[in-house]
Amino acid sequence: MTTTTDTQVRGGIGESVKRPDGIPKVTGNFAYASDLTAEGMLWGATLRSPFAHARLVRIDTAASLAIPGVHAVLTQDDVPGRKTFGQIVADQPVLVDGEARFWGEPVAVVAADDPETARIAVATIEVEWEELDPLVDMETALEQDEVFRYAPVRRGDQQASGSVVVEEYYEVGTQDQAPLGTEAGLAIPDGEGGIDLWVTSQWTHEDHDQIWRSLDLAPDQIRQHPTGIGGAFGAREDMSLHLHLCLLALRTGRPVKMVYNREESFPGHVHRHPARLWYRHEAESDGKLVRVEAKMILDGGAYTDTTPAVVANAVYFAVGPYNVDSVTVDGYGVRTNNPPTGAMRGFGVVQACYAAESQMDRLAAELGMDPLELRKRNAMTTGDAMPTTGQIIETSLPTVEVIDEVAAIPLPPPLDSDDPLHLPGGTGLTTTPQYVTRGIGYAVSIKNIAFSEAFDDFAEARVVLTPSGVEVHTAAVEVGQGMVTVLQQIARTALGIEQVAVVPADTSVIGSAGSTSASRQTQMTGGAVLEASRALRAVALERGGGDELNSEGVWRDGALAMSLEELCADGPLSEHTRFRHPPTVEPDENGQGDLHADFAVAAHRAVVDVDTELGLVRVVQVDTAQDVGMVLNPQSARGQIEGGILQGVGLAVMEELIVDQGIIRNASFTDYLLPTFLDAPDVEMVLLEEPSPWGPFGAKGIGEPPTISSTPAVAAAIRNATGLALNRVPIRPQDITGT
Amino acid sequence: MEVRFRLNGEERSVDVGPAQSLLSLLRDGMDLPGSKNACEQGECGSCTVVMDRQAVCSCLVLAADVDGADVTTVEGLSNGEQLHPVQQALIDGGGVQCGFCTPGFVVAAAHLFEGNPAPATDEIREALSGNICRCTGYGGILRSLEELAGR
Amino acid sequence: MDIDRPTDLDAALAALAGSPDATLLAGGTDLMVEINFGHRRPEHIIALRRVEELKELNGTIGSGVSWARLERGPHRGLAQAARTVGSPQIRAAGTIGGNLATASPAGDGLPFLAAVDASVELRSATGSRRLRWDEFLTGPKQNALTQGELIHSIVLPDEMPTRQEFGKVGVRNAMVISAVMACVVRFEDGRTRVAVGSAGPTTLRMRSAEDLISDEANPSETALSEFQRLVSEEVRPITDHRSTEAYRRHAAGVVARRLLERCLV
Repeated sequence: MTTTTDTQVRGGIGESVKRPDGIPKVTGNFAYASDLTAEGMLWGATLRSPFAHARLVRIDTAASLAIPGVHAVLTQDDVPGRKTFGQIVADQPVLVDGEARFWGEPVAVVAADDPETARIAVATIEVEWEELDPLVDMETALEQDEVFRYAPVRRGDQQASGSVVVEEYYEVGTQDQAPLGTEAGLAIPDGEGGIDLWVTSQWTHEDHDQIWRSLDLAPDQIRQHPTGIGGAFGAREDMSLHLHLCLLALRTGRPVKMVYNREESFPGHVHRHPARLWYRHEAESDGKLVRVEAKMILDGGAYTDTTPAVVANAVYFAVGPYNVDSVTVDGYGVRTNNPPTGAMRGFGVVQACYAAESQMDRLAAELGMDPLELRKRNAMTTGDAMPTTGQIIETSLPTVEVIDEVAAIPLPPPLDSDDPLHLPGGTGLTTTPQYVTRGIGYAVSIKNIAFSEAFDDFAEARVVLTPSGVEVHTAAVEVGQGMVTVLQQIARTALGIEQVAVVPADTSVIGSAGSTSASRQTQMTGGAVLEASRALRAVALERGGGDELNSEGVWRDGALAMSLEELCADGPLSEHTRFRHPPTVEPDENGQGDLHADFAVAAHRAVVDVDTELGLVRVVQVDTAQDVGMVLNPQSARGQIEGGILQGVGLAVMEELIVDQGIIRNASFTDYLLPTFLDAPDVEMVLLEEPSPWGPFGAKGIGEPPTISSTPAVAAAIRNATGLALNRVPIRPQDITGT
Repeated sequence: MEVRFRLNGEERSVDVGPAQSLLSLLRDGMDLPGSKNACEQGECGSCTVVMDRQAVCSCLVLAADVDGADVTTVEGLSNGEQLHPVQQALIDGGGVQCGFCTPGFVVAAAHLFEGNPAPATDEIREALSGNICRCTGYGGILRSLEELAGR
Repeated sequence: MDIDRPTDLDAALAALAGSPDATLLAGGTDLMVEINFGHRRPEHIIALRRVEELKELNGTIGSGVSWARLERGPHRGLAQAARTVGSPQIRAAGTIGGNLATASPAGDGLPFLAAVDASVELRSATGSRRLRWDEFLTGPKQNALTQGELIHSIVLPDEMPTRQEFGKVGVRNAMVISAVMACVVRFEDGRTRVAVGSAGPTTLRMRSAEDLISDEANPSETALSEFQRLVSEEVRPITDHRSTEAYRRHAAGVVARRLLERCLV
């Protein structure tokens, strides 16, 4: 435990500090991967499988290669090193290896003088396919033992039973992250057999570790650089065009750029796992939960990606933040020929929470109890055991408090307007107030923070003191979430120096910061920066012989003892750290153990207006109380929470990839509907600050909880308005009208 | 073929490809990558420019047809260090996260405020209903612009 | 690719005469999507945006009139429809003529034109002809334009219904292709016209429903229910990735009824 020597400085923690990259972003000068160019650059394009499952009988690239302006046409045969890639299991071929296993799977890549020539080159590749039957049903896949991971939980008396039983089946459709910035990258060969790569990513070191193997190069021959990312939400966790770019650049000896268009982006990245969940809740008549039993199948698509971890998350958070002594869960991630699935904000907990919270409302109804009362009666807090894994909660866990706080937020006034913008159906003029019923619903969630199950989870940072201020060097990826701002604030507060610049670093100059996912960067890279900053401060104070440090230098007894320049007379002072969270373990055969590093809870309340005759929903307001540990940047926190809530709303009422026999039918923004300005509810929030034991200044990660219990809250509100069961999300008009 | 048009206040003459959109021309032919390509279908607004005093999607304008037009892109709204009020407002109000949608919002919002210096909340929402943001949930954008409108 | 950029109607018609199968470009909101994704590569384009004669909006509606202008009137049903088209950016560029020429079953302007029995004036270098809307719209994305012709304007009947109401059902509140939509218009003497879009291969008129309700000066609850039922029966929707046949049938009837009720107030 460190003594508090952190000083008050402008722009430190707790302030709504403005983003350091705000000006380039508003002026159009911020360089996203898709904006990068290089002298002599070629354009890459991809030939993709038109079938969900097919044998590649013959491929002939000669005619394509003969087109003037085409410099390379590559297939799997051209991969010099490991022929497959993948974060957990390297089972995905770099290019189709004789059998295409999902619609859109990359078959060949070309490099040409311009995008149009590249497009023509792709269209000129001769391919002969033998269509095979696709495996598209996840239950069939389970029956056929096509399983990426089976994750079980057995805890407590497996024979326990309660007097009240609620049993139901739920479905969650396939959501897409749909970041506005599509997959893009630029690879530049260094003339010595190596390569520099700028590419949309959430974890440069992980990508790098896969890339050198497939290119058959030494790790230090590849440098993956940070670049501007137009959103991620999990879509950038697995690689997409990384290897293709590198292969083309190395083959041609020239820089190669590739950008997926939106249509291509849909098959070009992993999606959220669609899921089927069977749940059985048993309770006593006073509402005490006795037993929860669940079986869940998540469709893992064609390759492993991060399915094993997603399934595990769904299983371990199958119950929610409630005390139950008897739990049985069987979770399966299965292999099909459906589009690839992997990480998306919430990472398995979204699917489980939708089902579990729906169950809690059902149970409350069966018991004749208020749904919030039921939840509070069983709510977990610090010192309780996770119902699934048995892990004792050591962090703060204000479950009852988030429920009470969200319920205390004033409800919006009743519908009292003819203005179509305030009615379901909007400017479509379908609805007048007489056709509208209002509904209110609640949901609560618990989510882990950082990586789990004994994963070697760490983040490196280097904090440097120079005569003109502080530099924070990190490979942590900023995807828009505001991490760069928060790291500045942490360093400022820890050092007392206002001038702080965050310097994104490539893979060759610093070690991994870990993934920008799992709500972990504030706690992990933030933790690393805090640790390194404090160490740096100690070094500076000692060198300066004083007891205070600020922008001018080291002070002793109220007088400046040594200026920054003098401190750095022999060069900048630097502290490097590799920050780890408290260790987690692998689960035993019953899913038991201290599997998770930290936890956060959140509660949501949704208010909807429903035109029940037409099945049209207007989400009026979604409020939340969230367990955030400590608010490092109020404006930034608000932005993350509002954004996450709207993604949860999207899953509840409009977002779904329509997959038919393995083929995506709505691979465009025309038909994959994202919420617009006119679909966004008002949001009020309460942020609870009960510190995390190891987050910087007690802060917890905040990115995922908003997306998790917002969906079941909206579903619950629609149920409240319509009286319908609604066991599937997204809820479509025909689900409400029954036609 | 050659087209001549007014771009960010300057007369320009440039070669365009036959099937090229104005968005592609700006980004790949004229070194103005501020306008973004997120859908190329007119469904997201991230390519919004002002053309002949209308805010339109540049992905839906044929470059060959831009001859004689007057076009303003996001790059034309700031002047060196001097930001357009909409740009400053979005920074101050937390209306920027990943920023990919931001240029489109800047142009569309600047266009709105030009015709209407104090738009009501619902006017802002409807005027920007063609601009998709995936990060902010629109809250920060709305508050930024309401602040600019004097509320 | 060749492009003509005529600045008046005669020049446009001359260009079209010289290249009868040229592609006409108005607002670009449909054509450019096809071009951007490589589905179309026109060899010859005639751009119409500079032709002022096509933008007239007094009496007739020029084919080059944008949705943004139509949103401001003077035809209520069409203004309501215009407000739902795409986004503000799309409305600024897209034209009613383009909507007609694309002839999608989901064309937002088409139910109004069908409900008021509008005609379409076609011009070529050699003359003109006028087709009723249902002679012009011949099938899903099919129209009766022959080579060398362009849509000049929409001609409305001298007698226009005083009551006009439009409604469009979509899953979200902006930029949405309708699951189903309708326009209901009613004259002072009770004659009622009902057109439904996105519920058949082209925009459809609900003749049975019209016949029933046109005879009713003050339709009863029973008559309104029957009206709704007839609309649901008469539409010919399909199930696709946007919606189902059953929902479209149901929603068409509900929306038509509500629009009619507004006409009766």
